[in-house]
Amino acid sequence: MKGTPLAESPDVGRRRFVQGLAAVTAAAALPFPLRSALAAPGPAPILSGRDFALEIGPVAANMTGRPRMAIGVNGQVPAPILHWREGDTVTLAVTNRLSEPTSIHWHGIRTPADMDGVPGLSFPGIAPGETFTYRFRVPQSGTYWYHSHSGFQEQSGLYGAIVIEPRGGYAQTFDRDYVVLLSDWSDENPETIVSNLKFQPDYYNYGQRTVGTFFADVREKGLGATVSDRLEWGEMRMSPTDIADVTGATYTYLVNGKPPAANWTALFRPGERVRLRFINGASQSIFDVRIPGLKLTVVQADGNDVEPVVVDEIRIGTAETYDVVVQPAAEQAYTIFAQAADRSGYARGTLAPRGGMSGLIPPLDPRPIRGMADMGMAGMDHGSMGGMSGMDQASMPGMDHAAMGHGTMADSAPKAPGMAMSGETGTLTRGVEVDNVAMMPQDRLGEAGTGLDNNGRRVLRYTDLRALKPGDDKRPPSREIVLHLTGNMQRFIWGFDGKKFSEAQPIHLARNERVRFVLINDTMMEHPIHLHGLWSELENGEGEYRPYKHTILVKPGERLSYLVTADEPGRWAYHCHLLYHMEMGMFREVRVA
Amino acid sequence: MSTLRILLIASLLGFAVFSAKAETQTEPQIILPGSMMGHGDGDMAAMDRSIFFHGILDQAEGRIGGGQSGFRWSGQAWIGTDYDKLWLKSEGFALGKGGVEDGQNEVLYSRAVSTFLDLQAGLRTDWDSGTGRTWAALGVQGLAPLFFDYEVTGYLSDGGHAALKLAGSYDLLITQRLILQPNIEMNFYSKADLGRRVGAGLSDIDAGLRLRYEISRKFAPYVGVAYVGRFGETARFARQEGEGATAVQFVFGIRSWF
Repeated sequence: MKGTPLAESPDVGRRRFVQGLAAVTAAAALPFPLRSALAAPGPAPILSGRDFALEIGPVAANMTGRPRMAIGVNGQVPAPILHWREGDTVTLAVTNRLSEPTSIHWHGIRTPADMDGVPGLSFPGIAPGETFTYRFRVPQSGTYWYHSHSGFQEQSGLYGAIVIEPRGGYAQTFDRDYVVLLSDWSDENPETIVSNLKFQPDYYNYGQRTVGTFFADVREKGLGATVSDRLEWGEMRMSPTDIADVTGATYTYLVNGKPPAANWTALFRPGERVRLRFINGASQSIFDVRIPGLKLTVVQADGNDVEPVVVDEIRIGTAETYDVVVQPAAEQAYTIFAQAADRSGYARGTLAPRGGMSGLIPPLDPRPIRGMADMGMAGMDHGSMGGMSGMDQASMPGMDHAAMGHGTMADSAPKAPGMAMSGETGTLTRGVEVDNVAMMPQDRLGEAGTGLDNNGRRVLRYTDLRALKPGDDKRPPSREIVLHLTGNMQRFIWGFDGKKFSEAQPIHLARNERVRFVLINDTMMEHPIHLHGLWSELENGEGEYRPYKHTILVKPGERLSYLVTADEPGRWAYHCHLLYHMEMGMFREVRVA
Repeated sequence: MSTLRILLIASLLGFAVFSAKAETQTEPQIILPGSMMGHGDGDMAAMDRSIFFHGILDQAEGRIGGGQSGFRWSGQAWIGTDYDKLWLKSEGFALGKGGVEDGQNEVLYSRAVSTFLDLQAGLRTDWDSGTGRTWAALGVQGLAPLFFDYEVTGYLSDGGHAALKLAGSYDLLITQRLILQPNIEMNFYSKADLGRRVGAGLSDIDAGLRLRYEISRKFAPYVGVAYVGRFGETARFARQEGEGATAVQFVFGIRSWF
């Protein structure tokens, strides 16, 4: 099958109606191999082969009952699933049928820099009416995705899945294979969303503390504790209910482009092993995914195989992917339940032996509340402020300390412009762009995350991830790059080291250099940090078997580190994958030369 | 005074048009609420220098009782980037017969100077049935601990008068949409101004307690009570004109923004 659209002729300007609420007929899923099985449900076709023609254009969509214009590929929202084979050279002719510039970024794919699709860094973007042809060798296998890197087009629907078949065959056995692409949709324009956040940062938070929760807390914790808690948050001018900036108040959460009512369905025969390729293609949402009644065996993270780990639930940060294998034994429908991290809504699909079935939909969990640990003030007694115990705590077993002198790392740590870094907390101070500095950032890799720990379910943690094969580059890092994730929620400004993209200089890496990135999250939000073009090897205590990732979800108040080998030259984007954080400044260029 | 209002609006529009024009070549880019203009931003890696534009009518209300029924408005609008904004403020009291009392229009340059604080400087003109003055204005606007919104502004008039205005408000969430907002505004003057019927020292207080229901974030009808107090010589001037020094009024209105 060559890479021409299966479902649609590339009819210029044609507008295809993406039926949101209509019933979905689950076509009979075919057994392995992948390409047949993937084509089964819903309208998202798969395109496979080596040559692809992708047309980006407006698509009529209806996710909520109100017609809206989305942006799609070949008339599809989400964009078609691209099926590649490891080692192939693929050619993708991307034509822009919009009235504005566009781009496609192949998320997690190790392309040359000029094929990475970031306007302003990799190339100038694709002007209206023009075609840009991407051509690169696919050096890897696994589950990935692609999306626009222009403006807010990703929020408008311009994203799709990439499945790359391994040359040497799968490490796992399974009978069926489905992409489960999670995303968020709003009937509002993305520009309106960000503009609302600039004026009122809690615009979409309808889970705030009220007079009612004050008295509930007084009953539970007593008056003194409640008042001092309110004073503490009030002093910081932050809300512990601030879990997500954009919520179910405007979002409809989608599975493969289907709202919950449309019930995207994947078929199985009892006893079969079903591979589910979860992709978080949302713009601003983190999901907690489970399938009540089934154990999830996580076999891959961000496209790279991991030692199978059996869990009940996974938190999937924006832009991350996890492949899980499930084995439903009963002749019944199982609900794929993906709650937004703030519990303001959910995406839902179904695993069923036949089309038209529905499983029970569990209630949303209680809305979580942030704590002082999320402010980087875990167990902080004021006497030890400025001490380094937070750092010591964060030193992990897999950090190869023996292999590198402490002096080297401190000496060569680059200093952010205008900022003398005395320690890791350095002299980063509060200001227009920084509303908090984490005094005691912690190692939180062993935690499941806000709203998940102690929920009675076994939730995947970053410390559970162990690569199936040891890493390629055995060298210890020659230096450390310490970066703070910073922001000012009240002004909705985001950045690294207190600087927005437009105010910052690129981060320079020498070609083939091995470096350690240390991230300290000073904000009270999670940030999925994505480095283009190079792997991020998360130092989670697994030594040589540390997982290779392209996106790392950094918890509030967390300090973590990962190793990077700068083996691909060029200008790479490095940013928070929450779209509105990225566009409002949490973005840097990493330059490898 | 209407000439001045036209000037204010014209300067705002001029600024907007200028910014929009500038955008077609380079950054920064303007984002208007509800517009699709952000989509034109295909060749930039991030949009962190965008220009935003908002306006809020915090009070647009009828006031009844206390012998001074009328219409009160208070609103602000700004256009600009994270650091630099053109900020407009307007408030006043329209009387039944078409007169305006205690009206003020301000045009300010606003600069973000710290985490929760903006420094503002510009001009204020009075809009009053009586004598109006023009003032140089310098102040701060910000968010105090415990989420109190506040403004402190000092004024110096062409006639050598100095004035100080303090304003603050707080949103108390009874539910996610039902919000009780206490607010207070106080005016001080350095010396008596017969033309404006104000005395030296604390001249007046306008305080209110408004209960609004946010049908949406941007549209919230409300009811409440307002207290208007005049003090010292200002109170005497009021009594001379047959008005009470203090009044408690029932208010009803709509809070809206874009």
